[in-house]
Amino acid sequence: MRATTQVFEGGFRDTVRNSQEIFRALMDAMANPGRVMPVRDLVNAPAPLAPVAASIAATLFDHDATVWSDKAIAGSEAAIGWLKFHTGLELTTNPSDAQFALISDAETMPSFEAFAKGTSEYPDRSTTLILQIDGFDGAGELRLEGPGIKDIQTFAPSQLPKMFIDQWAANRGAFPRGIDLIFAGKGALAALPRTTRISKREA
Amino acid sequence: MTELATYNFAYLDEQTKRMIRRAILKAIAIPGYQVPFASREMPMPYGWGTGGVQVTAAVIGPDDTLKVIDQGADDTTNAVSIRAFFQKTANVRVTTKTTEATIIQTRHRIPEAALQAGQTLVYQVPIPEPLRFLEPRETETRKMHALEEYGLMHVKLYEDIARHGHIATTYAYPVKVEGRYVMDPSPTPKFDNPKMHNSPALQLFGAGREKRIYAIPPYTEVVSLDFEDHPFEIQTFSQPCALCGAKGSYLDEVILDDKGGSMFVCSDTDFCEDRQAEGQLSANPAEAAE
Amino acid sequence: MYVAVKGGEAAIRNAHKLLADRRRGDRSVPAIGLEQIVEQLALAVDRVMAEGSLYDTELAALAVKQARGDMIEAIFLVRAYRTTLPRFGYTKPVETSLMAIERRISATFKDLPGGQLLGPTFDYTHRLLDPELAGDVAVEVPERRVESHEQTPRVTDILGHDGMIESDGDMPEGADTGDLTREPLSFPLERDLRLQALARGDEGFLLGLAYSTQRGYARSHPFAGEIRIGEVEVELEVAELDFPLTLGRIRVTECQMVNQFKGSSSEPPQFTRGYGLVFGQSERKSMSMALCDRALRARELGEDITAAAQDEEFVISHSDNVQSTGFVEHLKLPHYVDFQAELDLIRRMRSEHERRHTENNGTQEAAE
Repeated sequence: MRATTQVFEGGFRDTVRNSQEIFRALMDAMANPGRVMPVRDLVNAPAPLAPVAASIAATLFDHDATVWSDKAIAGSEAAIGWLKFHTGLELTTNPSDAQFALISDAETMPSFEAFAKGTSEYPDRSTTLILQIDGFDGAGELRLEGPGIKDIQTFAPSQLPKMFIDQWAANRGAFPRGIDLIFAGKGALAALPRTTRISKREA
Repeated sequence: MTELATYNFAYLDEQTKRMIRRAILKAIAIPGYQVPFASREMPMPYGWGTGGVQVTAAVIGPDDTLKVIDQGADDTTNAVSIRAFFQKTANVRVTTKTTEATIIQTRHRIPEAALQAGQTLVYQVPIPEPLRFLEPRETETRKMHALEEYGLMHVKLYEDIARHGHIATTYAYPVKVEGRYVMDPSPTPKFDNPKMHNSPALQLFGAGREKRIYAIPPYTEVVSLDFEDHPFEIQTFSQPCALCGAKGSYLDEVILDDKGGSMFVCSDTDFCEDRQAEGQLSANPAEAAE
Repeated sequence: MYVAVKGGEAAIRNAHKLLADRRRGDRSVPAIGLEQIVEQLALAVDRVMAEGSLYDTELAALAVKQARGDMIEAIFLVRAYRTTLPRFGYTKPVETSLMAIERRISATFKDLPGGQLLGPTFDYTHRLLDPELAGDVAVEVPERRVESHEQTPRVTDILGHDGMIESDGDMPEGADTGDLTREPLSFPLERDLRLQALARGDEGFLLGLAYSTQRGYARSHPFAGEIRIGEVEVELEVAELDFPLTLGRIRVTECQMVNQFKGSSSEPPQFTRGYGLVFGQSERKSMSMALCDRALRARELGEDITAAAQDEEFVISHSDNVQSTGFVEHLKLPHYVDFQAELDLIRRMRSEHERRHTENNGTQEAAE
């Protein structure tokens, strides 16, 4: 019984206003790569979905959005049920078909190569990855440059995909094709569009 | 009879907003690339700002302050009409002050006052494809963008030089964004092109009839196309604004009589009024008119 | 002294008041009711429904009234309302062979199963203005045939039995029918989207293009295989039910053109099709649509693309009258900023021209 109520509850309290605020944070994050944007009035979704990632899902997904999720999320009936009820999303098991990927564990996720990069005529037909992480006070600090960044922006997500720097360089090299990343931390989010150039901070 | 229609906050339904929002995120991630979107019919005609209105409606929230300009002015009829639309459907604060606005929707101008970080400039775009007048087919221009094949544009500009001694494009002057996509800045005078470069504000472009959204993130390189022997240059005016005395702002010519009498005044009404309020009155407007 | 014009708001308000006044016209003349428009200007209502892409006679009548009879303005009003409506699902394709037929003619067969039925047509009326209609004359009750509930096979089905005409064509396995109101068009289009665009396309634009195909610009040797007008049921499949739910009946006009045959060494020759289907009663529109559909199949049928009517991007990008009218009429908006830029350039070029001219004259005089 509990699982059922979990599925139907926990949506935005004021859908129109809350989703607009989440979107503005996402837009500002995408326009200012690596800048951490606090967000509030979040949804409450069943584990392993954390509030920020689930709020982004509730803001961007609907039945016109094809979404791939990692095993931990796909394996949770309650989490998938919640997403279906609150967004009506279209699920896919093929990451290269996905407009969005919802990832609860950055470290075990497939490589960026597995996702849609778009075509050279339609580079927008690419996957936006939503990575659920703990926060933005990780040990390794990244230095970011590129559009949206005045000089240099530092960025320290608590988790990153494996071989991130190399994978990202390859993604950057495919421009204008490529994936875009949204990081969902605790109470805040950040983004890395495909245009951002990343280097590790020199010790 | 059908019940009196009721509309959502900012007119668009949430599903339409999500579709536009997804397009905006992709547009920001690929600066200068035109993202196709399922533009809706709006309650104002295509060609009258439906693209800009849809972008603004998808972005705006109750805490925003909106400014709407057409030809630089807040009081032109279409600007008044669009501002009233958002007052009615979103009940947001509106302003004519460039500095107070969080979102500025514009047709054909970029404000004179430097934009700030956190501001969003939304352009209404009639023909988003900079290559359209060289190649009318979408299937072809899409290929040209994919292959980064912009030779035709340079040939066109150079033909102008050969024929007229000048690049004859004075507005909607093409730019290259972040070294990759050639982009149409909408029919702003080329005078405004340099303001797009490295702007702290986010610039969003909406073309409703042509169903395209594109963007320039803050601090992004925007270069007007030119040639070594014919570098890009902007319009200059031989006289200051007759009302506020501003030099270096874009001026409109106002016809005073049918004997060739005219005067030049700022096209950006907010900028001009601010300067007048500060006491920067022109010594003798009538003289300037001669 | 010059003062910038203010008061756009007041000007707009006053203009709208004036519009409302003109719309009502002479107050001593009774106001026209929506029922009157629905009943007596039914074909205007049909056109607004067809190109407005919304089947609702009352709303269409309201739009006609509000637009003072301007059809494109009325279509625009309906479209702008339609776009705000929630989408609950997609109905099953309407089955026109089950149509409750009001009119059905074939130009290809003298007689055929189901017969020829002239129905309420302008055809064979003498176009003489009828002064009696200026008043409210009594109208005779027409004779009607006994309604038959038999299926009336479509001419194309009859031809299809022995392979004389190409089959209707199937959607590829697993493909969803496109919807241009939900997704941006990307060229080249499949026929489903093209037909959708044509169905809501401007009657006049499609009529002109269709006419051009008859005059040799993409000639396709058309025969009006069949035109039928009548009501069809609209059905929706609901997941919880094992039978489709009937939502109601709509009147449509369907035109099946039978066109120029094709064939090859591997395939026997057969006729090809052009298809038109529109809301309401509009033979002109459905026939034009069918001719344009056939012309636009040039690529699929391996024909040379030489004429405007065959050019998909050209036809589809310019067939929507709400888009066309918006952009043409947007030239009314102020453009003085861009115009100033052009003025400035032309003045500069003229002064340079003049200078060159004087210099040239000067050197000439010196040489003399």
